[in-house]
Amino acid sequence: MDTLTTFLNSFLPEGLSAFIVIMLKIVAILLPLILAVAYTTFAERKVIGYMQSRMGPNRVGPKGWLQPIADTVKLMFKEIITPTKASKIVFFIAPMLALAPALAVWSVIPFWDGGVLANVNAGLLLILAVNSLDVFGIILAGWASNSKYAILSSLRVGAQVVSYEIAMGFALVGVLMVSGSLNLTEIVQAQGGGMFGWNVFPLCGLFVVFFISGVAETNRAPFDVAEGESEIVAGFHVEYSGMAFALFFLAEYASMILISTLTALLFFGGWLSPFGNLVADIPVLSFILGDGFHWLLLKTMFFLFCYLWFRATFPRYRYDQIMRLGWKILIPVTLVWIFGIGIAIAYGWQPWL
Amino acid sequence: MFRSMTHFVKSFTLFELFKGLGITGKYLFKRKVTIQYPEQKTPMSPRFRGHHALRRYPNGQERCIACKLCEAVCPALAIDIEMEERPDGTRRTTKYDIDFFKCIYCGFCEEACPVDAIVETHIFEYHFEERGKNVITKEELLAFGDKHEAEIAKRKAADAPYK
Repeated sequence: MDTLTTFLNSFLPEGLSAFIVIMLKIVAILLPLILAVAYTTFAERKVIGYMQSRMGPNRVGPKGWLQPIADTVKLMFKEIITPTKASKIVFFIAPMLALAPALAVWSVIPFWDGGVLANVNAGLLLILAVNSLDVFGIILAGWASNSKYAILSSLRVGAQVVSYEIAMGFALVGVLMVSGSLNLTEIVQAQGGGMFGWNVFPLCGLFVVFFISGVAETNRAPFDVAEGESEIVAGFHVEYSGMAFALFFLAEYASMILISTLTALLFFGGWLSPFGNLVADIPVLSFILGDGFHWLLLKTMFFLFCYLWFRATFPRYRYDQIMRLGWKILIPVTLVWIFGIGIAIAYGWQPWL
Repeated sequence: MFRSMTHFVKSFTLFELFKGLGITGKYLFKRKVTIQYPEQKTPMSPRFRGHHALRRYPNGQERCIACKLCEAVCPALAIDIEMEERPDGTRRTTKYDIDFFKCIYCGFCEEACPVDAIVETHIFEYHFEERGKNVITKEELLAFGDKHEAEIAKRKAADAPYK
């Protein structure tokens, strides 16, 4: 990157070359992300199919690998229908509002040591803040559709996301206490020294709470009352078709990947190898088993798989059960856990350091 | 007391949820039951009831004698027959239409037929390209029977001992 900056500086004003480099970085992050979203949809259909003793899509291209591309092309050529009495401007802004925050949060995610677009100090806060903007797109979509199903669904999403945001925030407080930083790179570096340095061990309860609320935040099964087929058809996006619908889809899956990546970064040591420095001296093994982006990828893929696994396994929660779980169980659990961590820190008993 | 304690521990260790995940996880690696349809097919009984056909005797004579038993027995009223007396004194049909949209493929026509003229074949992959083509005429039924006679005869013979 530095060589590119100096090369551009040789014939461009400094501000412009910095702008170009940032744009290139954004493309380098978003293109693989969107590809990952496409193939997550494919993996979802495959995994759920396999768990139901079926094969899933396997007709388009070799073994069905072109299925997501066929889906995209189909959605792009579909007509976008607007309901007659919909609020047209809000109706079209809503999907963009849902997608933009889901993509924007990736600016502070570190992929390897130093591999981050904006290494800001309050990265974790930024993620929480921007990620919770997602819900605006969904609420506006439900309202602008002028459909009773859509508005019911967006009300459910609003209440659910707000409830689980609290549990999620509290779970992150535990991470902050243990690693003593809001910067994601530093949080990961604080987990060094092999598998036993990872945050999961002192914070296993918070990890479970974080992942459960992450699943609820992204409105995925078993917390997908937002699209309860049996009662409200398809939820907030009933009235959307074509590319406008695809944007909601993209936002949902981008948030899924984000939650998985965050879980890997905050609790499972991100790009750090589980073997620590054990194999640092062996030439080939140290590259494969040493720290690197591939570990983050592997961990993220595992949590994404868990999302799909949950969807194939658990029946949908009833709405009051969701609220009960969020307010009466997850929040007290996180509070007790944070209290315990606080006591441990106050008395200087910090085995994770 | 003890029971509420076990319940508490069970729900906080997510015991039942992990059990459920275990079951779906096991099915992830089980053999898939899907049949890749156009390439693979399920075994078919010789008694299968698909597209209809009118058969002939080996000498080329039509079997159907226009007794109208099939028309009478048809529960869906899908068969429409008209008849004549030929110059040689035989009784033959002039019209034998089956409306495939009405037909429920019950096979009663085949059972009612005293001369094994109308049969239901093993062929179930067919379609109509125009409105009205769903009414299959006598000529089409005979042609269909002629085309698949070898296969039809084989399947009827295989089923004969059980009738």
